[in-house]
Order: sequence, then structure tokens, then C-alpha cells
Amino acid sequence: MGSEAPALIGTSGDSLRESFGKALSELAREFPNLVVLDADIAGGTGVHHFRKSHPERFLQFGIAEQNMMAAAGGLAAVGMLPVVTTFAVFCLRAIEQARLSLAYSRRNAKIVASHPGLDVGPDGASAQALEDLAAFRAIPGMTVISPADPIETALATRAILEFDGPVYMRTGRSPAKRLFGADHRFEIGKGQVLRQGTDVTVVACGVEVARALEAAEQLASQDVAVRVVNMPTIKPIDTVLLARCAEETGCVVTAEDHNINGGLGGAVAEALAATRPCPIEFVGVRDVFGASGEPEELAVLFGIGSGGIVEAAKKAIARKRAA
Amino acid sequence: MAFTPKAVIAAPAQQKPTPARDLEVEIERAARFVRRHTIAAIYRAGSGHPGGALSCADILAALFGAELNLWPNTVADPDRDRFVLSKGHAAPALYAIGAHHGYCDATAALALRKIGSPFHGHPHVRDLPFVETSTGSLGQGFSVALGMAMGLKLRNSCARVYALLGDGELQEGEVWEAAMCAAHHKLDNFCAIIDYNKLQSDARNDAIMRLEPLSAKWRAFDWAVAEIDGHDIAALLRTFRRAGATRERPSVIIANTIKGKGVAYMENMPAWHGSVKLTRAQAEEALEGLGANRKEIREYLDGV
Repeated sequence: MGSEAPALIGTSGDSLRESFGKALSELAREFPNLVVLDADIAGGTGVHHFRKSHPERFLQFGIAEQNMMAAAGGLAAVGMLPVVTTFAVFCLRAIEQARLSLAYSRRNAKIVASHPGLDVGPDGASAQALEDLAAFRAIPGMTVISPADPIETALATRAILEFDGPVYMRTGRSPAKRLFGADHRFEIGKGQVLRQGTDVTVVACGVEVARALEAAEQLASQDVAVRVVNMPTIKPIDTVLLARCAEETGCVVTAEDHNINGGLGGAVAEALAATRPCPIEFVGVRDVFGASGEPEELAVLFGIGSGGIVEAAKKAIARKRAA
Repeated sequence: MAFTPKAVIAAPAQQKPTPARDLEVEIERAARFVRRHTIAAIYRAGSGHPGGALSCADILAALFGAELNLWPNTVADPDRDRFVLSKGHAAPALYAIGAHHGYCDATAALALRKIGSPFHGHPHVRDLPFVETSTGSLGQGFSVALGMAMGLKLRNSCARVYALLGDGELQEGEVWEAAMCAAHHKLDNFCAIIDYNKLQSDARNDAIMRLEPLSAKWRAFDWAVAEIDGHDIAALLRTFRRAGATRERPSVIIANTIKGKGVAYMENMPAWHGSVKLTRAQAEEALEGLGANRKEIREYLDGV
């Protein structure tokens, strides 16, 4: 009873981090130079699976993310395939190392960040990275990915290992809804239309994809036809798909578990401003810090739940009609 | 814009004489070349950090002249020794020792900091084959070098990794993260050299942020520590050999140096740390002090 080890919170179930950790273990055989870097948080990032399956390729850096991030550059320089793992906020702590020693040095190194956004939940604002997509997107040569469900996370894990270049990928802490089947495909730089519609396009990434599909369902009952696009690659963004959706639906909503400044919304707005300008509404945390609470409660409080997407879709359609 | 190197000042041919004293003389000659070339490049660039480049000239000359298992035709060999200039602002000295040993063209390297030149203000791995990683943000090169040492061990390579750090650089927290990590992982293929010239950007280390007791700090982090005169070539070579024979622990060489060494008016003056513009008279005086004759001075400062 009292002598039993405490259960790790949230490590069971279908969270994106668990899916990532399991995928990494399975891929280790195929990528003999793969090494995983950890800053004493393997239980939280999902790489405890890798630690168990491949202890000789699991590199412990202690609670020292700056050294870990830059060391990944050195490991890549001598032919290893390093995957840096920690929480998204601590990737921000080491972002200058990612900039100089990974991106500028053009290293084939991957950064995989768990605990992004309000999805972190009860740990509160200090741990809820709402700035990481914007920050990493601003680094030249950095590919930025945020998959939507466990299946897509596993596919994206393979894709980033096969890809030559620095990548920042978000996973997720909380149990995630399963959206895709075994036939799902993932390609870096490509978005997918998950639901057809002609009135508005909702472009979402990460946990917001499930909420976008819920919002589309709610709006369908009000005779509003919502197109839902899953956009797991924030950089490089799928400009061709975005322009086509803007052309065909005339307005766009972006949805992300991130600050409305500079993340998916920013990337979509930049792409459409240059190709097919149209009314765009942004669903995201409105330039404030998060708070403690369960992820679904926080999503409602901060307006990034399906209700927030419904409102934004209506606003976008109204602006389109007024134009 | 294409960059066209023109060999006017030829790099002296590399010689590896066997008697120990001949080797030391050869390394001293290389260090003098590094100092002259550094002054000329910074004069031509109109900016650059002379103080910390001059202080580490002997260390670089000893490493490249005798210690590193590295030659211009092995810069892509997976089992070559790695050298990382973590104090990236000493780039002119790295380019100069590279030129001396034939890793790059000596005249081309005088285009330091010029647009289109690969000889950037701070070293960039993608533009020069003997630069192992991009540096210029203090602390990072040390961590990258640690990652190299770790990876080489995983690959069962016998190659060694050397990182040259500035003393002011030791104020970066990342350095101590890396120091703890290297000792924990018993990286005995890893050697750090501290260019301990006692001065940093604004003033003496003591005035900005005290480093002492420095040897004790490294010993407490479980490194093998040696403290030597960083301008004594024989001591440098001896200490590198000792570091190479150390097992189960990384080594650090605290090399006591003089900032601006070799240029009388710069020695121990913090003003010559930062990026400065050298006047014609200052450049000439410095080169004269470094034993260059009038013809050589003209070639260094005006040659095309």
C-alpha cells in the first residue's frame, strides 16, 4: 500500500507523448544511430519507453537543458541522430542553443517537446508553453510540427527521423482523442482536408483538430458547412492547400493551443496575405498566460474549445458576406 | 557574390621536425604568424577582437602544430580529432592558424568580416571545412564539443575533442552544466583549455564576476586540472600529453595568458578586448613589434 510506487500521472492512455515514446522505441532498430537526450523528465515526455528498450542509446543530461540542446549539435556532428526531449517551456529556455548549435550549424537533430499549451492542465501557467510555435518558427531552417492524434504522432515521429534537418515537434500531455485510422498518412509540409464544407475553412493543429471537428458537427446542425483542415506542419506551411481552401470557402478560421500571435494563425495569415487574401479569424490564447485547471475547463475559459471555434466561424462567415 | 582568393601571402610550408626543440621553434613561428595575420585581418576588416585572439595564439599553434590528429586532407575523416573554438570572437586567430597549416588560403583569410567571404566575424561550420561548429554565443561551443566527445565514444572512435574557452565565458551557466555532464559521463576523450587572460569585455574578471578559485572549481567538478603558462609551448605540449593519458575523467588546462600578447600597447589592456578599429599607425606598430619587415607590413596591410 504505502510502499507502492506512486502512479505516474497521465502516462497511461493515448496521449501524444506516450505514442511518441513508443514509436521511438520501435524505430530504434531502423535508425541505428538514433540517440535520445533527456533532462530527467523521461517519465513525462514518453521516452521512458526508449530508456527501457535501448538504455545504451539513452543519454542523461540531468536538469540542464541548455547543455543538452547544444550537445545534440555535437552528437549530430559526429554522425549520431539525436532527439532532444523535454517540456516545451524548457525548449524555450534553450532556444538560443537550438538557433546557433542546431539550426545555424544545420544539424540533423530533432527536438520533441511534450507539455505544450493549455493541454498541460493543472501544473499551471509556468509549464504551459503558448509561445513555442511562434518562437521556433522564427528560426531559419527549422521545421515545426504539431500532430493531432496518437496515430499521426507515431507517423510524424518516423517522418522527422527520415527527414534531413532540424525539426521542432510538439507532442501533448493529456489523453488525446483518436481521430485517424491505421490508413492515415503523414507528410511533412502537407495539410489534409478532414471534412468537406463550403462556408468556411477551419485550419487547426494539435488538440484543436478534434475541437474543430466537434465545432463543424455543431455548425452542421445550423446548416453551416465547415471545411476542416488538419495542418500538422506549421513550417513550411501548406500554402497551396490554404490558397485553394480560401478560394473555395472565402474565409478561414485558425485554431491552435497557443498564443494567437505568431503560431499557426500567423503562418496561415502570412501565406494567405501573399496568395488569396480573405477574412481570417484566430482561435488561440489571446496574448495572456494560462492557469491551473483541467485541459477541457481551460479550453472553455480561454476560448479555444469547440464553442470558441463555432463563434469564430460565424464571425468569419459574416465578414465574408459583408465584404 | 563569388569570393575569389588570391594567394599573395603564401602560408609557410608545414614541417614536422622530430627533435623536441625544433618542434617548439616551429610552433613559436606559427604563433608569430597567427599574431601578424590577426592584426592584418582586423585592420583590413575595420573591426574585430584582437586581445583575446592574441592571447590564445600559442595555444592554437601548439594544438594545430603538434597535438591534433588532423591535417588538411583529413578534415572529413570521421575519426579525426575535433577542435572547437568556443570563444568564437577569437575567430581571426583560428583562421590564421588554419591558413598557416594549409586548411585555407592565407590571403583569402585577410578578407575577415567582408561580405561574401567565408571568414565571418565568428566561425561558421558550413563555410569553412576546418570549423567544426558555429560559435559566437559563449558556452555553446563547449556543449557542442561535449556532444562530439559523447558521440565519438558511442561510436568507439579513439578521436579526441578539444575546446578552447575564454575566461569570461566561464560566467555562462551552460559551461557548468557541461562541466558536470562531462565528468558524470567520464569523457576522458575531452579536453578543455581556458585562455585565462584575466580580462573580459569591460574590465578585469575580478571586477565583473570573480572566477577564483578557478582550479578548485574544476577539481570540485571532478575534472583533471592542470594550470600552466599558456605562452610556454613546451608546457602546453607536455600538458596535452598528460591530458591524453588521463582515464575516466575529462581534462582542463587553465592556461594563464596575457591579453593582447605580442603587441606591446595592447597587453593587459581591456580596451583591446572588444571589437575595435585599428588605425594604420597602430597596425604598423603592432606588425613591427611582431618582427615583420617593411615589405611584409605592406603586403599584410595593402596586398590584394
